[in-house]
Amino acid sequence: MSNMLEIRWHGRGGQGAKTASLLLAEAAFDTGKYIQGFPEYGPERMGAPITAYNRISDDVITIHSNIYEPDYVVVVDETLIDVVDVAAGAKDTGAIIINSEKEPTDFADKIPNYKGKIYTIDAKKISLETLGRYFPNTPMLGAVVKISGVMPEDTFVEAMEKSFNHKFKTKPTVIAPNMEAVKRALKEVKG
Amino acid sequence: MGKRDKLSGNEAVAIAMRQINPGVVAAFPITPSTEVPQYFASFVNDGLVDTEFIPVESEHSAMSASIAASAAGVRTMTATSSNGLSYMYEMLYIASMSRTPVILNCVNRTVSGPLNIHCDHGDSMGARDSGWIQVYSETNQEAYDNLIIGTKVAEDPSVMLPFMNCYDGFITSHSVENIELIDDSDVKKFVGEYEPAHALLKNTCAFGPFDSQLYYYEHKRHQAEGMKNAKAAIIKYSKEFEKITGRKYNLFEEYKLDDAEIALVIIGSSAGTAKFVANRLRDKGIKAGVLKIRAFRPFPFDEIGAVLKNLKAIAVMDKCTSLNDAGGPLFLEVRSALFDQPLHPHTVNYLYGLGGRDVKAGDLESVYMDLIKIIETGETGNVHRYLGLVE
Repeated sequence: MSNMLEIRWHGRGGQGAKTASLLLAEAAFDTGKYIQGFPEYGPERMGAPITAYNRISDDVITIHSNIYEPDYVVVVDETLIDVVDVAAGAKDTGAIIINSEKEPTDFADKIPNYKGKIYTIDAKKISLETLGRYFPNTPMLGAVVKISGVMPEDTFVEAMEKSFNHKFKTKPTVIAPNMEAVKRALKEVKG
Repeated sequence: MGKRDKLSGNEAVAIAMRQINPGVVAAFPITPSTEVPQYFASFVNDGLVDTEFIPVESEHSAMSASIAASAAGVRTMTATSSNGLSYMYEMLYIASMSRTPVILNCVNRTVSGPLNIHCDHGDSMGARDSGWIQVYSETNQEAYDNLIIGTKVAEDPSVMLPFMNCYDGFITSHSVENIELIDDSDVKKFVGEYEPAHALLKNTCAFGPFDSQLYYYEHKRHQAEGMKNAKAAIIKYSKEFEKITGRKYNLFEEYKLDDAEIALVIIGSSAGTAKFVANRLRDKGIKAGVLKIRAFRPFPFDEIGAVLKNLKAIAVMDKCTSLNDAGGPLFLEVRSALFDQPLHPHTVNYLYGLGGRDVKAGDLESVYMDLIKIIETGETGNVHRYLGLVE
C-alpha cells in the first residue's frame, strides 16, 4: 500500500487530460504494475475544468474513490490555477507539474500554501515543434514520468513506442513526431 | 491460459459477450451502459460474432425482444441503466415468469429524479423482487467473470431465470483497471451451447398465455423454487469457474471476518475501499472485516446470518434509499437474517454514495470508528444514519 502512487490531472474539456491519464495507466501497466485510470465525470463541456486520476502500485489496488491526497498533480492548462485549487491535499513530498512557458518560480505566489516542488514544462512549444499541432498530452506524460520516477525512462519510452505503433497503425507518419515529443519532454521539464 | 490486460468495466463486459457469442443482443443506449452495446455492435460489424444485433427503439422493446428471442431458444443479452431499467419494468416480470434466462448487464446509475447520471444502486434495487437473479461486482474483473458465470446459472434447468449482472456506473464501467481475460475457447467451453428443454423453435409450447386462478399461484411457486435453486447453481458454476481461472467466488465474500469484531456489509465498488480501510485498521490492531454481497437475489439469508452472528457490531451499507423510514433494502434483509440467530450484533444502517457522491476511505473509516464507539458504550444509538451527507 505504501508504494501506491496517486496522481491527479487538471485540464479543460477537450485537452486530453483523461486520455493522458489512460495513457499513463497503459504505460505503467506495460511495466507490470497494477493501475487505475479514471476521470471524474461531471457536466462535461469543451473548455470546462475536468479532473482525471491515476493510481499505480506494485500490489492489487482495491480502493475505489477519487484521489484527495495526490503525490503528484499535473496541470495541463495553467489558466486553471486561478480557478481551481490545484494544490488541494497535495503531498509536500511530491510535486505539481504545470504546462507553461514560465519558470517554476513564477508560480510560487499563485500556489502559496504548497510546500512541495513545482515544475514547469512548455508542452505547447514541444507539441507545436514536433507534431505541428497543440496536443499537450504526450509531453505532459513525459514530464510526469520524469518527475515521479514511476517507471524507468527507457521502459517508458519503449512502452510509448509500442502504444503509438498500435494506436497510429493507419497513420505511421505521426509515430516519430510523437516519440520526439516524449523524449524532449523528458529533457525539457524545468524545476 | 488467461491474458493480462487493462480495460474499463464496459469493455470487459462487451468482450465477455463477444466470447459467449449470444444468439441475440437487443439494446437501447443509456449512460453509463451505452458502451456495452456500442462495443458489441463493432464486434458484430467486424464479423467477430454471429449474433443478431437488434438496435431497438426503447428499453421496453429491448426487453420484449430479448424475451421473445430467449423463448425462441437462443441465448440473449442486453444492457441498460437507471431509467432504462425503469422503462423495462413491465417486461422484467414477464421475463422471469416466462422462465426466459435473459442476461441483462445493469450498469448501476441512480433513477431520476432529480436527474443524475451517476452511480447508486437505486435502479437494480427497485427491481429486486421482479424474479431476476442479481449479482453485484466490486471490480471490472468481477463484472467480466460474473457475466460468464451468470450465463450458466440462469440457464441451469433447475433455475431458468433471467440474470442481472450489476456493476457500478462510471466507477467500474468507465475506470480502466488490470484484468485477466480468459481465452475465447475456454469461455466457449465453459458456457457451452444453450439447449433449453422448451423453446418455440424446438417443440410445441406456449409462452405468456393467460394464467387463471387455477394455476397462477402454482406457477409463482415454481418460480420461487427456481430462485431458491439459483443459490446452489451460483455455488456450482462458481466452483467450475475457479477450476479454469483460479478465481474463487461464492454467494458473498468474507474479507477478514474470521476474527473480526466489527464489519461493514457492503455491495459493489465501495467494498474495495472498505477492504483498503479494514487493512489500515488492522495495522493498528483493530479487528475489522468486510462482508461483500455478491448474490443479492437469491439472498443468502441463512448463510449471512450464520457468518455475522458472532460479530460485536456491524454497519449495513445501502447505496440506495428506500424512502420508507425503515431502512435500505440490504439493511432490512441483513437484520432480518440475524433474527433467527442465537446472537445479535449491534446493527446499524448507513445510507451512502447516493447519486455518485464519492465514497472516501475516510468516510468508511468513520463508520468503523462509530462501530467501536457502539461496542464501548453498549448503545446501538440511532439505527438509521447518513454517511457523507452535508447538513
